Amino acid sequence: MPPLLNPGGIMSSITLTTLHPGDIATIVAIHAEEALHLRLLALGFRNGKQIEMIRKASFSGPLQVRIGTTDILLRRIEATKITVKKL
Amino acid sequence: MKRIALLGMPNTGKSTLFNRMTGGAARVGNWPGITVELLSGKILLGSDMVEIIDLPGIYDLHGFSDDEQVVRHFLRDNVPDLTLVILNTTQIERQMSLLLQLKQLDMNIVVVLNMADEAKKFGISVDVETMSELLEMPVFLLSAKYGSGYPEAMQAVVKALRYPTPGMAEELRSQLEKDEQIEAEMSHVLKNTVQIPVQLSDRLTERLDSIMLHPWLGLPIFFAVMYLVFQGVFFLGQPLQGLVGDLLGWFREAALDPLLGGLPQAAQGLLLDGIYNGVTTVAAFVPIIVLFFLFMAIVEDSGYLSRAAFLMDALMSRLGLDGRGFVMLLMGFGCNVPALMGTRVMRSRAMRLLTMLVIPLSLCSARLQVFIFFTAALFSAQAAPVVLFSLYLFSFATAILTALIFKGRFKNNEPFVLELPPYRFPTLRQMVLRGWLEVRHFLRRATKFIVAGVVLVWLLTNLPPSAAPASADTWAGMIGSALHPFFAPLGINEQLTIALIFGFIAKEIVIGALAVIYGLGGDALGGAIGQQLDWVQAYSFMLFTLLYTPCLATIATLQSESKQTSFTALSLAWSLGLAWLVSFVFYQGARALGY
Repeated sequence: MPPLLNPGGIMSSITLTTLHPGDIATIVAIHAEEALHLRLLALGFRNGKQIEMIRKASFSGPLQVRIGTTDILLRRIEATKITVKKL
Repeated sequence: MKRIALLGMPNTGKSTLFNRMTGGAARVGNWPGITVELLSGKILLGSDMVEIIDLPGIYDLHGFSDDEQVVRHFLRDNVPDLTLVILNTTQIERQMSLLLQLKQLDMNIVVVLNMADEAKKFGISVDVETMSELLEMPVFLLSAKYGSGYPEAMQAVVKALRYPTPGMAEELRSQLEKDEQIEAEMSHVLKNTVQIPVQLSDRLTERLDSIMLHPWLGLPIFFAVMYLVFQGVFFLGQPLQGLVGDLLGWFREAALDPLLGGLPQAAQGLLLDGIYNGVTTVAAFVPIIVLFFLFMAIVEDSGYLSRAAFLMDALMSRLGLDGRGFVMLLMGFGCNVPALMGTRVMRSRAMRLLTMLVIPLSLCSARLQVFIFFTAALFSAQAAPVVLFSLYLFSFATAILTALIFKGRFKNNEPFVLELPPYRFPTLRQMVLRGWLEVRHFLRRATKFIVAGVVLVWLLTNLPPSAAPASADTWAGMIGSALHPFFAPLGINEQLTIALIFGFIAKEIVIGALAVIYGLGGDALGGAIGQQLDWVQAYSFMLFTLLYTPCLATIATLQSESKQTSFTALSLAWSLGLAWLVSFVFYQGARALGY
């Protein structure tokens, strides 16, 4: 997925998938269908929250991210639906 | 009787608290409004008997996952007198949303903040009294694992039970508009009561993960761990299985044979070779199931199972499965029965059913016994390992094929978004309790079915009374000749067809059945079979044995775990159809090539 342009800002928003391990970003938007959206909300994904990329599994496997005190696994396909802004 | 429901997110130690409350005296049961069974236990609390129900862990009362619907329907149709809400103290800042959702239902609630021990280690402190005031609910800090804070919380539960439940709003309200309100209330409560250090002080998990989830080392470590668990379960389990078999055999010789000696031959056969052998078959699974769940409790409770999901997901997601399914598939190579029971960790029903469809194709240790016998009888010492290896390849290939074919039908709709818990030490109590509960579950669900199946096969292979057991004149022999047109194109003769009917009970008895059918034992049997069959026929027979229904215990477990006869029938039909097709293609192909 190409990076989304942020019309007003100087920094462009990117999807969560493009972060590298160690990167910290702020969640800008979640473009997920309802079931996924609710699950993400329950696990602490909210606009404005800080998220850290911990690691990415080999062979295009899932991602491990950290929000607050919780570590979460999610697939890349789901992560492309989350837009973030790198800090 | 009053009812207490335990409710909380996954990974809050809810089951640990349930086990502490019920002391392991739990049973699974059906409830109005829901299709899955829930664990519940009756205990004496204060001066009254109360029933405690362990609801599935959910993230969101208004979510759409299978478990979330179960909880909603349960609460709607079985309003509990008290709901004990369990929150993980170390993740309280996001778990409180569930509590506030529940609060809006006007239920009688007592809150327990679990994992007080871990929270202390992390440096998280909670002002319980202020939180209790702000929430207008009793709040208790405890450790379900070690028991601290438990007596106080139970006193509050007894007290809260004296008051009638306020009832529940007629319909669960649409939550979405309320999210903002919940968030504001949540931050208010948290800001005033909880202090979380900026940097978590527990770095052990992080250090371990940098090795266990390493880009290159992660997978080799995973396979090494799986190898160790596998060896642990089956190399400890097989001698135990032997011991149980010897004990039951000794009991038969020492007590049952003399006691029943006066009965007519047919009645003796039915009681001993039918019913008693059925009981023996069931008992043989007990050590394996206990050990399997002892080890699985370690893998699961330590947090490693979620890591396995992380490591294996890249491959498994293409098959419509997830990493946890891979762990169960591997365990199926030891024994299919506990592997099928272990799929309960998967919370999406569709994915669980798909995994359960694949597991019976794993070449289990019982089938291995048949293959070792046949390869020794028909192949040279050099060729035998290659033949065995090729059967393992067939097992994997058919498992992958099955997943690919059926992944559209059992489509998993739940997003793969999992929490990765920190590494924890499972307690011995948790492990033993798990093993014991699972064995009891298996015995209750499978015993009647397995004994009935063994009796049926005994009748088929011994009636009419005039026929020699397992001969062509018995009903089994007649079925064998009736089925011959189906098996002839596979190169499987009538004697082997009767052995396959025995193999329906358990693969362990196939060689024993052949010994009865041929009237020969040990090396002589191997010699006779080696003379009668060529390698193409033998390999075709092995392929069929590999793929068709593993055993009665597997069918009983498929049924008791899926609770859906059509699914069990599909699994049976698929494995039989696949076995026939693969053997047919192999046998006819090899013959066409001139072998």
